[in-house]
Amino acid sequence: MELICPAGTPAAFREAVEAGADAVYCGFRDETNARNFPGLNFSREELRQSIGLARAKGVETFVALNTFMRAGDEALWYSAADDAVAIGADALILADFGLMAYVAEKYPAQRLHVSVQASASNADAIRFLVEVFGAKRVVLPRVLTVQDIARLTRQIDCEVEVFAFGGLCVMAEGRCSLSSYATGKSPNMNGVCSPASHVRYRQDGEALVSELGAYTINRFGPGEASGYPTLCKGRFEIGEVEGYAFEDPVSLDVIDQIDALRAAGVSALKIEGRQRGKAYVAEVVSSLRKALAAAPAERAALVARLRTMSEGQRTTAGAYDKRWR
Amino acid sequence: MTETSKPALSLGPVYFLWDGPKWRDFYFRIADEAPVEHVTLGETVCSKRQHFSEPHIAEVVERLEAAGKRVTLSTLAMVTLERESRHVRDLIRDSAHPVEANDLSALGLVKGKPHSIGPLVNVYNAATARMLAARGADNICLPPELPAGSILQMLAAMPGFSFELFAFGRMPLAISARCAHARSKGLTKDNCQFICGEDPDGLPLRTLDRQSFLVLNGVQTMSNTCAVLVDDLAPLVEAGLSRVRLSPQDCDMVRVAALYRAVLDGEMDGREALAGLAEAYPGVPFSNGFLHQKEGAAWVSRGRNAAVAHG
Repeated sequence: MELICPAGTPAAFREAVEAGADAVYCGFRDETNARNFPGLNFSREELRQSIGLARAKGVETFVALNTFMRAGDEALWYSAADDAVAIGADALILADFGLMAYVAEKYPAQRLHVSVQASASNADAIRFLVEVFGAKRVVLPRVLTVQDIARLTRQIDCEVEVFAFGGLCVMAEGRCSLSSYATGKSPNMNGVCSPASHVRYRQDGEALVSELGAYTINRFGPGEASGYPTLCKGRFEIGEVEGYAFEDPVSLDVIDQIDALRAAGVSALKIEGRQRGKAYVAEVVSSLRKALAAAPAERAALVARLRTMSEGQRTTAGAYDKRWR
Repeated sequence: MTETSKPALSLGPVYFLWDGPKWRDFYFRIADEAPVEHVTLGETVCSKRQHFSEPHIAEVVERLEAAGKRVTLSTLAMVTLERESRHVRDLIRDSAHPVEANDLSALGLVKGKPHSIGPLVNVYNAATARMLAARGADNICLPPELPAGSILQMLAAMPGFSFELFAFGRMPLAISARCAHARSKGLTKDNCQFICGEDPDGLPLRTLDRQSFLVLNGVQTMSNTCAVLVDDLAPLVEAGLSRVRLSPQDCDMVRVAALYRAVLDGEMDGREALAGLAEAYPGVPFSNGFLHQKEGAAWVSRGRNAAVAHG
């Protein structure tokens, strides 16, 4: 299986290449990708240099243009696709049908990957994307079990990439406007979820309160480790009971299931984390590279350290395990 | 409103789990009393619930059609299991009625069959709408998240095509493989005991500071506020909007439909309709923030519309 690694900066890109990535994915510094955070992402020139560096090492570069084109501003997405093709991206990772149609028609030789944001969760959906846009690979939404994936790969003529490590969307990706409901900034149109611009921390007596827009997302008692107020990882009240209504502040880790995913016909494992620093990228990529090559029994020790770097320092196999539902 | 452009009213599928008789009686009353021209129905949120409404679908469709309503059958919003795939395939193959595609699996299967696109498919721009129209979609209900600017762009780009606006109801904001509703009651999705049926209008989720925020509806998360665009319709109708969708809540939907119809017919002012809606669906705050490119939960009253909508 290929290892697909994140890069939010040219420095992280270099680290990922050095650490053993088969491909690095990144995006432009604007709303055309789903990690549109301040200080992140690539200019055209930075992408050109990074692709050159990757190619010299036999590493591929995937460019994520995986937000949905805002009506009236389509030119921003079209020019990003034009430039990514011209600069030499090995694949474009797309979510919007209109943009897929544009790329498929104008650049029929360009490799098209379907972003997780498109939420293609079954064989009929993937066949549709292959037939209409010539998709070569689909990144599966984090709603399927390993058994579901195995059944799926047998039915389609398309490579499958799955998330293996990092941040975990609880909701079907690309189909969530919770953050938009609270902040007015849309993950789908603006490329930001729970944006820092709308985050506020406030001391309330002994408690530290984290807010997103006008809403309290969590409240931490004295001595309790606080965290970033990602909406779906917040603590809420349902019928007088307080708790993590959707998901605890955990991140995804399916290293234990590498063999099962390989047997299920998965072509590539994807690491989330374009917003993470270069040291994190280097550590995660090199550890996973070693884990992929190691015997199952040796893997646990290799990745134990990684878990301490995860969000909330706790991990889950998420939807890959049926019991998560 | 101009005489030439009166949009049709459409009723979306019931997103909540109502027991069979309640579901049937709701549609019987819609058939008999509600001034809606289009009705889309069928379980959309969770395949586990299908057996509640299925025994009643035939009689409901018959009653609606006898009353002159045009019936469309909804497909599931998320398809992951083989059983679910089979259900969508069978529905599309065997249905004598048009279907509403609510996920990508249906999109591939509906080609060549009469169909429309539901609000749970990501249509954010005219390029996407054109692609779907070229494959045979004859109506697109746009996602609730779209700002007026995007809607106007699409209306202008595809004159004559039927676009529909999600204009009343709690907004579907997210869907998950995990059932937060079951989880909140100590259960899991696979052993849920259909607990979401206890909350026919959604289970309120509040912040730790007791702010109303969201409601859970099985695997779907919805807004606590009710989208109410009744006083925002005029410029969209002038620009060519064809249909206005009302999404069923556990309230007097006949009255809701009558109020929207009266506004679309120019017989009632939007503000007066707002007062009527507050009576028909009491205790639930209204929102129209997405349309005005603000937080979806926000309410923008008409006095400020122009500044926001065109700003």
